[in-house]
Amino acid sequence: MNLIRSDLWRWLCLALALVASVGFTQLAMAQADPEREMTTAAPAIDADQWRQVRSGETGANYRDSRADSNYNLINASGETWRQLRNRWVSPYGLIVVLGMAGVITLFYLIIGSKHLDEERTGKKLFRWSLFIRSLHWTVASLFIVLALTGLNLLYGKFVFRTLFGDAFWASMISGSKLLHNYLGPIFGILLVVLLLKLLKDNMPKKHDLEWFKKGGGLIGKGHVDAGFANGGEKAWYWLLATVGLLVIASGFVLDFPNYGQGRDTMQWANIIHAVGALGLTAVSLGHIYIGTLGTEGSLEAMTTGYVDETWAKEHHNLWYDEVKDQALSEEEVAAQKGTKGTGDTAPSQPS
Amino acid sequence: MAQMKFMCDAERCIECNGCVTACKNANDVEWGIQRRRVVTLNDGEADEMSISVACMHCDDAPCMAVCPTDCFYKTDDGIVLHDKDLCIGCGYCLYACPFGAPQFPQQNAFGERGKMDKCTFCAGGPAESKEEEYEKYGANRIAEGKLPLCAEMCSTKALLAGDAQEVADIFRQRVVHRGHEDGAWSNNQRASADNLAYDAARKG
Repeated sequence: MNLIRSDLWRWLCLALALVASVGFTQLAMAQADPEREMTTAAPAIDADQWRQVRSGETGANYRDSRADSNYNLINASGETWRQLRNRWVSPYGLIVVLGMAGVITLFYLIIGSKHLDEERTGKKLFRWSLFIRSLHWTVASLFIVLALTGLNLLYGKFVFRTLFGDAFWASMISGSKLLHNYLGPIFGILLVVLLLKLLKDNMPKKHDLEWFKKGGGLIGKGHVDAGFANGGEKAWYWLLATVGLLVIASGFVLDFPNYGQGRDTMQWANIIHAVGALGLTAVSLGHIYIGTLGTEGSLEAMTTGYVDETWAKEHHNLWYDEVKDQALSEEEVAAQKGTKGTGDTAPSQPS
Repeated sequence: MAQMKFMCDAERCIECNGCVTACKNANDVEWGIQRRRVVTLNDGEADEMSISVACMHCDDAPCMAVCPTDCFYKTDDGIVLHDKDLCIGCGYCLYACPFGAPQFPQQNAFGERGKMDKCTFCAGGPAESKEEEYEKYGANRIAEGKLPLCAEMCSTKALLAGDAQEVADIFRQRVVHRGHEDGAWSNNQRASADNLAYDAARKG
C-alpha cells in the first residue's frame, strides 16, 4: 500500500517538473539571443566606477569580505595625511622647536638673565601650595617625557637607527611608544586638574593688555603691572587650556583605537596632535627658560613655595600690594615648614 | 630584476574568496587578520564588480614613508616587506596605506595594536631561521620559485601576480580579445586613435 502511494507521488512530481521545464527552456532560448543578451549583460567596468572607488564612496551595496572591515576600497585621504605629515608637520615642526631653542640661546647669550634690580629683603611671601607644586612637577616631568618620546617617534629614525643599530633602536622606539601611550592619559588628567586649580589666578585682566604692549617689560623702562599671574603666565595658561586640551583630546583618539574610530578620524587627530604638541614643546622651552635660568628668584617659588619680597614687588606688584603684610622671615618660614611640613597655611596664596 | 605586482582583473573576479582562503592557509595567518580581502561594489546591481585587494607593493610605498621606526624595506623584486622586530604597532602605515593592507592583532589592553601584519607577496620576511620566518610572516614561496598562492589558486585567473611586464602582457591580450572602448584603462587618451581594443571575437 505504502509502496503504491509513494510511486504515485513520484509520478506527480515528475509531471510537474516536466510542465515547469517547458517554460524555463523557452526563457533560456530567449536569452541565448546575443543581441538581447547584450542589453541585459553587465556593462564593462568604466571610468565612472573607478572614480566612485577613488572618492571613497561605499554605499549600501558595498561589500568587504574582511570580517570587521570599515574600509572603503581606496583610502585616498591616506596620501593627503602622508604629505601633510612628511612635507609640512615634520620639517616645520623641527624648524619651530630648534628655532625656539636657538632664539632662547641667543637671548641668553646677548641679553642674559633678568636679575633682581634691588637687594633681596630676606622676607618671604607664600606663593605655591605643596599640592600645586607636586602637581606642577608631575605634569612637567610627564610633559618632558612625552615631548622627548614624541620627538623620537617623529624624528628618531633619522638619527638613532644608524647611530645605535637595529637591536637598540627597536627597544628604544618601542619603549618610546609605550611610555607615550601609557603616560599620555595620566598627563591629560593631571593637566586638567592643574588647569582647574589655577583658573582663578589666570582670568584675563585689563592690565594684562598693557603687559603685552610692553612685551612684559622688555620694551621701555621699568616694570609692568602684574597681579598674581602676569600676562605671559596667563598666555601660557590659556595656551595649555586650549591647544593643550586639543592635544590631549586628539591623543585619546589615537591612543584608544578600540572604539572603532575610522582611519580618517585618526589621520586628522594625528595632524592636530603633532602640530599642537610641537607648538607646545617650542613654547615650553620659553617657559622653562624663564622659570629657571632666565629670571632670578623664580625657580624657588616652585621648589620651596616661597618667593622673596623683592621678587614679588618687581614681577607681580599688584599681588605684592595685596599680600605684603603677610611677609614672613626666614625663621618663620622654617617654623611653618617644620610644624606643618608644607607651609600650606600661609594666607598670601589666593585660594 | 623583476618588479613584482598584483593585478586583479575586475571583469573576471567572481567574489569566490578563494584568494582569501588560499592566503590564510599558505601563510597560517593569525586569527582576526585577513591579508587579502574581496571588495564588491554595487552588490546585487547590474554593474556589480568585485576586486581582490591586498598589499600592492607600491613603488613609492606610503607605509615606508611614514613608518616611525623605518621597519619597511623593498626587496630586489620590488616587494615591500617589513621587520616585525622593529614594528611598534603605531598604526601610521594603516593611516597612509591606500589599500587597507596593514592589519594589527588587537589582543592587547586598550586596543593597543600588536605588530603589523600584511601581505608579503608570499616572500616571507627577515628572520634568523626558516621556522622563525614562517612563524612571523608566513610562507616564502618566492624563495622556492613560486608565485603567491592567492593568484596561483584563482579559479577564473582574475588575480594575476608576477613581474609587472608579464602581468601587463597577459592583461593586454585579454583586453584585445574581449574589447573595451578605452583599453580597460580609465581615461586612456589614445584609446580611439590607436583602436587599442577591438572585439576580436565579434569582428572575427
